[in-house]
Amino acid sequence: MLRVSDLHARVEEQEILRGVNLEVKAGEVHAVMGPNGSGKSTLAQVLAGREDYEVTAGSLELDGEDLQEMAPEERAHAGLFLAFQYPVEIPGVGNSYFLKAAVNATRKARGEQELDAMDFLQLLRERAKLVDVDEALLRRPVNEGFSGGEKKRNEILQMAVLEPRLAVLDETDSGLDIDALKTVAAGVNALRNEDRAFVVITHYQRLLNYIVPDHVHVLLDGRIVRSGGSGLAHELEAKGYAGFNGGPAAA
Amino acid sequence: MATAADTIEALAQRDYEYGFVTDVEQDTAPPGLSEEIIAFISAKKNEPQWMLDWRLDAYRGWLKMVEPEWANVRYEPVDYQSICYYAAPKSDDDRPKSLDEIDPEILATYEKLGIPLKEQEMLAGVAVDAVFDSVSVATTFREKLSELGVIFCSFSEAVQDHPELVRKYLGTVVPRRDNFFAALNSAVFSDGSFVYIPKGVRCPMELSTYFRINAMNTGQFERTLIIADEGSYVSYLEGCTAPMRDENQLHAAVVELVAHEDARIKYSTVQNWYPGDKEGVGGIYNFVTKRGLCEGRRSKISWTQVETGSAVTWKYPSCILKGDDSVGEFYSVAVSNNRQQADTGTKMIHVGKRTSSTIVSKGISAGEGQNTYRGSVRILRSAEDARNFSQCDSMLIGDRCGAHTFPYIDVANPSAQMEHEASTSKIGEDQIFYCNQRGIETEDAVSMIVNGFCKEVFRELPMEFAVEAQKLLEVSLEGSVG
Repeated sequence: MLRVSDLHARVEEQEILRGVNLEVKAGEVHAVMGPNGSGKSTLAQVLAGREDYEVTAGSLELDGEDLQEMAPEERAHAGLFLAFQYPVEIPGVGNSYFLKAAVNATRKARGEQELDAMDFLQLLRERAKLVDVDEALLRRPVNEGFSGGEKKRNEILQMAVLEPRLAVLDETDSGLDIDALKTVAAGVNALRNEDRAFVVITHYQRLLNYIVPDHVHVLLDGRIVRSGGSGLAHELEAKGYAGFNGGPAAA
Repeated sequence: MATAADTIEALAQRDYEYGFVTDVEQDTAPPGLSEEIIAFISAKKNEPQWMLDWRLDAYRGWLKMVEPEWANVRYEPVDYQSICYYAAPKSDDDRPKSLDEIDPEILATYEKLGIPLKEQEMLAGVAVDAVFDSVSVATTFREKLSELGVIFCSFSEAVQDHPELVRKYLGTVVPRRDNFFAALNSAVFSDGSFVYIPKGVRCPMELSTYFRINAMNTGQFERTLIIADEGSYVSYLEGCTAPMRDENQLHAAVVELVAHEDARIKYSTVQNWYPGDKEGVGGIYNFVTKRGLCEGRRSKISWTQVETGSAVTWKYPSCILKGDDSVGEFYSVAVSNNRQQADTGTKMIHVGKRTSSTIVSKGISAGEGQNTYRGSVRILRSAEDARNFSQCDSMLIGDRCGAHTFPYIDVANPSAQMEHEASTSKIGEDQIFYCNQRGIETEDAVSMIVNGFCKEVFRELPMEFAVEAQKLLEVSLEGSVG
């Protein structure tokens, strides 16, 4: 589904990603772990098509389509979803209004019929229940005045409503207490199925106790230095990232 | 009641008195401003002597005034002697025969705003059935209103039919020599609306200039007077969301509102005069004086405005809170895109005890637009326990526009409670990217973000106006990003 080959990317003249290779198949959950500054968030932003991130070499493909040829909204229409590390506030715009616009923009782009208010509301309620989000959250403006936990849960709700093919979770666990973490993880697990893939980006192993990945990759200095099964996360927890310095590059 | 003979005599005398030679049959006054021209306008409208005297006094005052320069706007000086101060409405022969004759660009905008075809024809001034339709609509409304004793007519009609009311209230809120533009308006005003709501009557419908057929082409010097007698209520809508093109570059309107005890007036405006092209060529100069007097106890005046048009806007709808416990409100959205300049805000003058005022101003600048909020809150010594809440938010789209805020606060009574909040934000790339990532295109994202920003004002607008205003904002800001 997702194929990242020898990806090099830079931000403001500084090279951050230096040859990332990653292949994700439908139904899989991949964890990308790494310390601060290793390039984790850059990878997420590059996948979503953020303008300030320049791809200097390599390729990105989603279902065989070249992502670099696509604008951020086109990538979204193709089924790519990014759960933001820092979800953005949009004052005065109702959460459910925003989601309806997003759903219908996507449906329109795919040549599907747009949902009317009633159908949408039904979908929204059903998904809110699925990921255990309080309906009161739907009536508030997008992320405005939300607590850190509410913002992250809202991202999961958006994901549940938009039903992406590939969801990239950028440090969704950061700033969450254990209860919020469990709710968020439960939401993600509820959305796991054989057609959908996840790339879970995280600093800590903690989240992976609740979202058990099929594959774990260690990102260091802009390269994936090691890949393995879910056991790799525990190894990391024990040894720390320092243990991987100078280790064999899996790339 | 003046007889026809009296009127004719008065006219004859006037001609003599001012050595007036212009042919009365003529439909357009020659350019320039003089006592003769004012007399010509007054005669054309068949006005009584007191009305003419009133105009002349305003004119004499105006001659001694200088054009204000304190506003944060730059424009070519206006040559007041090159303007025609009276032109009769165009006859059907001069009007376009169908929409095929209208500039396609205007039609495209009508389309985007979702304006029905009949209405498009009316707005574009097409001489067809649409006009007759609306005449009958207007007549039906008028009959219904007159049953309740509500007077809703053109200003010219009011001078003829209700001179006692006009004489009693005209100039009591905005004196004829109030300021340069108000004095000019007082001297030469063309037409406008007159509303009187009798005691205890709640006006059953929104009064809109749209339903007053002769409100179209009221010209560049519009005059409006609204009086709400004790315990009455009225909601008045001015303007329309369709772009209004006008050959006249200078517009100087005056609006006066009077609210008696327990009366409430809600005045909503959508102003969408031609803003000029992208380079700033053409466009209307809109210099308006709007003021409301909360005369009676517990009276309330609420101004809501959405200003998207005009090349230059100079406008400060204000409230004089004279009655104890009276309330003034001002909700504003002002947009300046391309080369537009807007200097707008409000004045709240607290005179009575326990008076309160609320100001919510949202300024949006895009392109090279310059947007200024200028507001003044004055608490006089007599205003015991007065309160004010002000909120001024500015939003910038792009990096070549500007937002400026000049809030003046003047408190002469220490019991006053004042709150002021201000913010400036930029539509962030973060916000747009967030929307993009959810599948929403950039233009739609901008309009969504801007509408969210203006929400507190839009919700003050009457329902259908609010929907139109949102669409209007979308059209006004089209192409301002990316």
